[in-house]
Amino acid sequence: MTISQSRLRQPRPGPPPAPENASGLSPRSAARRRRLGPGKRIPYGRVLGPVLILAVWSAASATGVLDPRLVSAPWTVIDEAYQLTRQGELQSDFLISAQRALTGLGIGVVVGTVLAVAAGLSRVGDAVVDGAMQVKRAIPALALIPLMILWLGIGEEMKIVTIALFVLVPVYINTYAGLVGIDSRYVELAEVIGLNRWQFIRKVVVPGALPGWFTGLRLGVTGSWLALIVVEQINATSGIGYMMFQAQENGQTDVILVGLLVYGLFGFVTDAVVRLLERRALSWRQTLGS
Amino acid sequence: MAADAGQLTSGFVRVSGLDRRFDSRAVLDGLDLMIAPGEFVALLGHSGSGKSTLLRALAGIDYAASGGGTVEAPAAVSMVFQDSRLLPWLRVLDNVVLGLSGRSAAVARGREALAEVGLAGRERAWPNQLSGGEQQRASLARSLVREPQLLLADEPFGALDALTRIKMQRLLRDLCDRHRPAVLLVTHDVDEAVVLADRVIVLHDGRAGLDLDVDLPQPRSPRNAGFQTYRERLLGALGVTEPTEEK
Repeated sequence: MTISQSRLRQPRPGPPPAPENASGLSPRSAARRRRLGPGKRIPYGRVLGPVLILAVWSAASATGVLDPRLVSAPWTVIDEAYQLTRQGELQSDFLISAQRALTGLGIGVVVGTVLAVAAGLSRVGDAVVDGAMQVKRAIPALALIPLMILWLGIGEEMKIVTIALFVLVPVYINTYAGLVGIDSRYVELAEVIGLNRWQFIRKVVVPGALPGWFTGLRLGVTGSWLALIVVEQINATSGIGYMMFQAQENGQTDVILVGLLVYGLFGFVTDAVVRLLERRALSWRQTLGS
Repeated sequence: MAADAGQLTSGFVRVSGLDRRFDSRAVLDGLDLMIAPGEFVALLGHSGSGKSTLLRALAGIDYAASGGGTVEAPAAVSMVFQDSRLLPWLRVLDNVVLGLSGRSAAVARGREALAEVGLAGRERAWPNQLSGGEQQRASLARSLVREPQLLLADEPFGALDALTRIKMQRLLRDLCDRHRPAVLLVTHDVDEAVVLADRVIVLHDGRAGLDLDVDLPQPRSPRNAGFQTYRERLLGALGVTEPTEEK
């Protein structure tokens, strides 16, 4: 009752209070920032979210809210990771996984970029490639796994090809969108100035399509890890996914969590690397995010 | 496109019987035009009178239009657009020397050109760090560095504020006096035409209507004696009558 009374006494929302100085001008601080922008960059801000999750997880484990048989405590997971590292198991599994993901990513990015350039710069390429890519886009890459197994067996080729197919689509779509989105006024300029085709590609097409390509690359990087998890859990005898699959059969929650942690950490690090490259390469842009 | 863009070494611009149609709408209808080397010509006309179409025909980039006639223009043609059209991902100097062969010589000439338009020291800036007027200066430098025999300018100061426009007009005239290209300046500002040009042409019904030599000493300003006479004749040719001033 007292609470509601005290609430009633608060002033009603209305016109803002009059400025305190007599001139009617509100004082401005020396360092102004964009009113509609997201504000100043927080140092190491990107680590904040993961750290918060870790803190909540620790608190829940310490207070017994989380059943250790379902979700192990962070320290158990770290201890397990330490044990696995000491045996050398984690490193070798991680290296194999990273190799698969990066090889698939590399192939997917190259093929996606080449196809996008072919489709974006020539009518023939557009006719042949773009339609096919739109169909490919509609088929989930993971739905191709049965076919890949029949064609390529259950070895490394199948895994890498599946990852590459998964990465291909976002790289292609975003690069293509970047290419066809290049302002036609720049094309006109290139013609007036008399650039040849090679100069045109180097000075206008590539830099103009780069923002789109980077978007595709970032989606591709996360995509490569997603595809990796799936292919490593189907038919693998090594890798982080295999390690987790084994742990599931043995009921080792902590090992599963170690696997998840490694996936998450690697995804985070690769994304950070791509972001850094992006900021370097696109330093000419003045955007809301910068 | 039936017209051939022939190239003359004499440096004369000769346009004869130029027709340009968009769909079935005739924009240019048997236009004849001659510009001598080093001559500064301004082209006036209402929106849609074919000013830009003529410019694009001279630059050889009028793909969307159909029509006949002959166009003869010098080999070295540069164009300044209404927007500066600097590539945002190239630094100012790289924009100026874009497409020039011989990197080190081109860079030296590019620096010179930037100094000439008053942008010395801004070589490493990104285009979007420049003001609108500075961007247009950079685009003038980009045209200059190509040593054109014919400079085409499509309302180059249309997007600038009044003060910057006056400065830029003076800069353009100075640069042209020094480098002596033939100039075809499209504008819809009658004062700008009279201030800058040796000759003003009014496009009317797809042809060159009034063709007026401006015989006033440079530098000119609207306060010069005789300026108003030119202004009124041109406005009359454009079908605009001004209310007469009370004296």
